[in-house]
Amino acid sequence: MAVGEAIPPTASRAALLVLADGRFPAGGHAHSGGAEAAVKAGRVRDAGTLEAFCRGRLHTAGLTAAGLAAAAAAGLDPLALDEAADARTPSPALRAAARRLGRQLTRAVRATWPSPELDALAAARPRGAHQPIVLGLAARAAGLTPLDAAYAAVYESVSGPATAVVRLLGLDPFDATGVLARLAPELDAVAARAADAARGGLDALPAGAAPLLDIMAEVHAAWPVRLFAT
Amino acid sequence: MHLDHPDAYPHRHTYSAAHPLRGDGSRRALRIGLGGPVGSGKTATVAALCRELRDRVSIAVVTNDIYTREDAEFLLRNAVLPPERITAVETGACPHTAIRDDISANLEAVEDLEEAVGPLDLILVESGGDNLTATFSKGLVDAQIFVIDVAGGDDIPRKGGPGVTTADLLVVNKTDLAPYVGADLEGMARDAKAQRGDLPVAFTSLAAEGGVGPVADWVRAQLAAWTAGPR
Amino acid sequence: MTTAPARPGLAPGIRAAARIVAAPDGRGGTALPVLDGAGPFALRRLRAYGPEARVALVGAMSAPLGGDRLTLTAEVEDGAALRFSTTAATIALPGRTGAPATYDTRIRVGDGATLHWLPEPLISARGSDLRSTTRVELAPTARLVLREEQILGRAGEPPGRLSARLTVHRDGRPLFDQELCYGPGVPGWDGGAVLGGHRAVGQLLVVDPAFEDAPVAPRALGATAVLAPLAGPAAVVSAVAPDGLRLRKALESGDLLADGAMWAI
Repeated sequence: MAVGEAIPPTASRAALLVLADGRFPAGGHAHSGGAEAAVKAGRVRDAGTLEAFCRGRLHTAGLTAAGLAAAAAAGLDPLALDEAADARTPSPALRAAARRLGRQLTRAVRATWPSPELDALAAARPRGAHQPIVLGLAARAAGLTPLDAAYAAVYESVSGPATAVVRLLGLDPFDATGVLARLAPELDAVAARAADAARGGLDALPAGAAPLLDIMAEVHAAWPVRLFAT
Repeated sequence: MHLDHPDAYPHRHTYSAAHPLRGDGSRRALRIGLGGPVGSGKTATVAALCRELRDRVSIAVVTNDIYTREDAEFLLRNAVLPPERITAVETGACPHTAIRDDISANLEAVEDLEEAVGPLDLILVESGGDNLTATFSKGLVDAQIFVIDVAGGDDIPRKGGPGVTTADLLVVNKTDLAPYVGADLEGMARDAKAQRGDLPVAFTSLAAEGGVGPVADWVRAQLAAWTAGPR
Repeated sequence: MTTAPARPGLAPGIRAAARIVAAPDGRGGTALPVLDGAGPFALRRLRAYGPEARVALVGAMSAPLGGDRLTLTAEVEDGAALRFSTTAATIALPGRTGAPATYDTRIRVGDGATLHWLPEPLISARGSDLRSTTRVELAPTARLVLREEQILGRAGEPPGRLSARLTVHRDGRPLFDQELCYGPGVPGWDGGAVLGGHRAVGQLLVVDPAFEDAPVAPRALGATAVLAPLAGPAAVVSAVAPDGLRLRKALESGDLLADGAMWAI
């Protein structure tokens, strides 16, 4: 198949593994998804509190990101989705991080699944579009479905904090991975809900919010010394 | 020391650290990475290089701190460059990931600097202090310097590791401390030669006046070779 | 805090609507050509203050109960100014059937118009299930101050289930859109990402075209409250707190309107 030629929609489910891999070089490793601030505040201390943190993040920010990603993968207007993402992100630190990560992901996706749609978005948002929207367009370019895009988003919403807490607390990596495995049925449910919502168009997209994530993101951004960008 | 590398950047057709030419056909800034263990003097080397070269060369620096902005703030405090020429990249407790496995944030930083204060001749990318295995991706830098010091143990060159073995320049810093820590400089030079073959090694004492000289000379040679490269 | 009178016969599943229309009175003030309320909604006109009309909602009976469907509509026409408050906290209570209650607020603010929407908190009582939506449509030069506070459970009791979505559009485009869900059956709501044991949560949202030229800088207001600019001419104070009193204090600590004395809270 020639470079740039459209890939049939059922081309490769395995592309989802590439996209959702924590080693996909799109900058995620520098972000804790709010876990660093939660650890410092004593709200995440062990595997149990990590699980509660991840569950809350999954059903709020994770659901919202998955809805945006699924909608972008379904072909909704990325610029309208970018506005919808801004409205769903009251924290300026998190808006900046989402755009920075979107730009980093754009770079990686241009090397993996080049797409004129993504090029157009990058031209319209040179400082970066919100990451979930880029993720949705990446899935679309890779021949994946909106549900696949939602899966990548929900997995990312919990794998980032889990990995970060292993580094921050010295938490047993087996325990952290156990948390992710226990959340798997909920990842299924949230991804399905997000993909369903995306079928309803812009107004039906979830807007789940987590007050502590939003508040603590600003507090964290003001720390003079920290390990993670968010 | 081999300071003449007219063929340092031969006709490579697969430049991974971005195409060497800018949109207007001029050559983009040369990107040099500085890595090495914590405390070996990477930031001090960057500061000294900036002071030595800044009058003739347009420089910017990207730091990759373990803790956000520590190194960037050292450079700012010491006023080696105007603040708009220094950018800190956050590394999520994994400085080697940011310079090797996932270089996206560093590439953003490099390009943002070119855009904001360019055209630049040289961008120094300093890694956060890491271990002996941390090296830069060829997708990020054109050449790399590995900085160790005599106080870290004179057996480091013998032990090797990717940084010591493959860096384009190995800097052995703090030679002034050798008598106090019982380091054998000649042995270090011999071990380095065995590990590195013809690749150059510079022994420095940044504490001394002009101590960064050998590194600055090497950088100048790299710049000359880069500028003379194909268009 | 007072409680509304018990509902006669506890009839479940009422439908009730209230509507407020504010319009310039032609003499520099604001008239209230429509002030309609029924069932649990009793709207009272308060003494006007300068150009601003003032309306208080007086809870005339316990609501919302499970199964109730309540709708509140406010329209502030071009150039008018309205201040809305409630005389007591709204308490979501369980109904007899276990069905959820809905409470939908629809607000429109015209060009050059100002709305202060400052109800007392919503309290989610044990066993209740309330789905609330608030949708605000702002004209490009409209100004808005909106406070939303939720208290999870009366003193010493666990909360009911509550979902509250607040959507603000300005000039037809999304400016703010957040859905908060808490209580039994909502996964992860009390973990370290969402409430972390706090029982009061709220936000004070201010939209003013003046922020276009002078946006606020983000600022922490204590350990669990922040002032932040939105991606538009607006700012929000968000806070979680152990209780309603401390929440209110946190929301007011942003001094968001200190220099906007003409239309301060």
